[in-house]
Amino acid sequence: MDEEMVRIYIMGKEYKVPGNLTILTALEYAGYQIIRGAGCREGFCGACATVYRMKDDYKLKADLACQTKVEDGMYLAQLPFVPAQKSIYDINKLKPEVGTFQELYPENFKCVSCNTCTKACPQDIEVMDYVQAIVRGDIKKAANISFDCIMCGLCALRCPAEIVQYNVGILARRLYGKYLAPRAKHTRKRIEELEKGMWEDEVNKLMKLSKKALKEKYKSRDKEA
Amino acid sequence: MAMKGGYTDKMWDSIKKVEATRKSRLGKQQPSMSLEEGEKLLKKYHPDYKKGNTREIKIGPSKGDPVVQEVANLLEAYPRIDPEKIDLSRVDYKTDVLVIGGGGAGTSAALLACENGAHVTIATKLRLGDANTMMAQGGIQAADKENDSPAIHYLDVIGGGHFGNKPELVKALVMDAPRIIGWLEDLGMMFDKEEDGTMITRHGGGTSRKRMHSARDYTGGEIMKTLKDEALNNPKGIEIIEFSPAVELLLDKDGKTCGAILFNLETEEYLTVQSKAVIITTGGFGRLHIQKFPTTNHYGATADGLVLGYRAGAKLAFMDTVQYHPTGAAYPEQIVGQLVTEKIRSAGAEPVNVHGEQFVYPLEPRDIEAAALIREVERGNGMETPTGMKGIWLDAPLIEMKEGKGSIEKNFPAMFRQNMRFDINMAKTPILIYPTLHYQNGGLEISSDCSTSVPGLYVAGETSGGVHGRNRLMGNSLLDVLVFGQRAGKAASKYVKGVSPGKPTLKHVRKYIKDLEKTDIPKDRIAPMVLPDYTRGETKKRQLTSHYLGTLR
Repeated sequence: MDEEMVRIYIMGKEYKVPGNLTILTALEYAGYQIIRGAGCREGFCGACATVYRMKDDYKLKADLACQTKVEDGMYLAQLPFVPAQKSIYDINKLKPEVGTFQELYPENFKCVSCNTCTKACPQDIEVMDYVQAIVRGDIKKAANISFDCIMCGLCALRCPAEIVQYNVGILARRLYGKYLAPRAKHTRKRIEELEKGMWEDEVNKLMKLSKKALKEKYKSRDKEA
Repeated sequence: MAMKGGYTDKMWDSIKKVEATRKSRLGKQQPSMSLEEGEKLLKKYHPDYKKGNTREIKIGPSKGDPVVQEVANLLEAYPRIDPEKIDLSRVDYKTDVLVIGGGGAGTSAALLACENGAHVTIATKLRLGDANTMMAQGGIQAADKENDSPAIHYLDVIGGGHFGNKPELVKALVMDAPRIIGWLEDLGMMFDKEEDGTMITRHGGGTSRKRMHSARDYTGGEIMKTLKDEALNNPKGIEIIEFSPAVELLLDKDGKTCGAILFNLETEEYLTVQSKAVIITTGGFGRLHIQKFPTTNHYGATADGLVLGYRAGAKLAFMDTVQYHPTGAAYPEQIVGQLVTEKIRSAGAEPVNVHGEQFVYPLEPRDIEAAALIREVERGNGMETPTGMKGIWLDAPLIEMKEGKGSIEKNFPAMFRQNMRFDINMAKTPILIYPTLHYQNGGLEISSDCSTSVPGLYVAGETSGGVHGRNRLMGNSLLDVLVFGQRAGKAASKYVKGVSPGKPTLKHVRKYIKDLEKTDIPKDRIAPMVLPDYTRGETKKRQLTSHYLGTLR
């Protein structure tokens, strides 16, 4: 078992922790009860964004505390909050075009193509590519590239042009999903049928069945291959 | 220790056996179990049937009912605050509808209450969106295809739940489902679709139609991000208070709900919210680590709302059953217990034992699948990890054989990414899994409009009980939080138009304390839990002047 102890520096202070822990569990091992900085603990929510560097190295790295193993010589701090701006809009009144972004997120167009956002992303998303896709008005591309974004905010904090990439990304996805992606006709058809009360009787009949009769029906139901 | 491709040599010996049988397993499957076989298996191997799993609860509206031990510990516990010390004449926040909990249920409740004219305040323990909804990977069910119907969905739900589910809730779930998908599409949520817009749908365990709609393996995440964005777009109608869990409800002298007491986790102040109705959407109980299982749940899943609602007089339903997800990660150590989506099996991956043999139909309902995996390990056919944990192989590369090269990275980016962090390429090698604590099947009893026996108190989502009976099917939880979140929001906004509650009191808490004092329940047992206690005993020994109230420092 990998029980070797490593030295980490939490906000500059040295702690010895087992080397098999994640940054998050190492913080708890060291004695912290976390209020800000832990969410899903599985890499889906972006609550545990952490900035660190290795001893004797000047390069700042960023990752998720819950998905990253501690290493000997890590100097780290967790981000409690990202004070980034989000534009307020009514999605029903927007147009899926580049002008919407020029109005709501004009800073997106000041991207200097430095790629720092991409380097900061713990999800390895090509963040700059979707920022640039928006500049070119390609909302579909931006929606698809940004899809795995967990909105941790690391990109925005590192961006010299002060773009809030993750808020641009969710807007791109919502515009794509609402206006540009093909609609599911079968869903609309079923909703209409339900509004007309079409499936009411069949379900009501099931509700009245005895447990025994329900079991029989359940057992004899056919299964889509 | 020698490692290559993320695994030890001993594990590679077994992986070679899995690889050797892979081709011959392709296209072949173990038959699914009959109802009777399933029941027999559950009784022998499912953790719910372990002796001592539950106890009769000594206090409160469901006194005498069997309740899971860890939950009973929270319900048989003293409040965080002394009712005599709280000044209820000071109102810190005023609103029509107070929503406690900011996940999928809470956010959809807030959106619907706001849309129907009510002012809404969401008070949540962590951030808006820090919830199990965010982590749901596989999909959301809805009978919206030609070969499917709400009745077929109904039958799947109630059969999966072992026929005890509350019929009016199952009806609400399946009848609202297509509309929920349409609502999400209107909000701009990105679903997996064919070129012509047809939803790409798959099976889940226990479904008889392919009705699992998805957004890669970030389905819940994309739903939550969309709902959160929408809530943030309504700053006038929806006020959001983060890092402020509710620790007690307020009732007027007639017993009508009229607010709550919040605890600001950062300033450690207790603050009062005055409202005309309250919707509890605090989620489930994974962080109680029932029977010491690891969990897939988020950090805040400590059943707080269950405690609040129960003290106020709402009854429990199905609180003796727990869902263990068949496939939690069993290796590497850093991610033990974390979710491996069922959609992996929908797409063609299958469980195999240490010898590379099939032993169970891959898409049984969750309780049965989990029990079958536990049985296989108890038969001595598990793969042991360096920490001594035993697991079952989930043969993911089968997906690439069935759906083409690159399909895992395309359809399961989250899972693929997580494993690559540990040098495991699941497009090429199997991953090791074991059942993990996943879902609170039961909860506070509700009607189909989410009302409870307490006037003005509504409950939606995982905190509520009855819709899933004794076992929930995959994809019905994302559906549940939205269907009942919406229903609660609508019902509460309607209710507040005709009601003006009197002065807030903590009468019900005083009575609960009196009842507690008649028992032998230890005085230092405190609830709600608020945060799980992950501080080591050794650390605590050195915290000479720290004071812990329950688990909270």
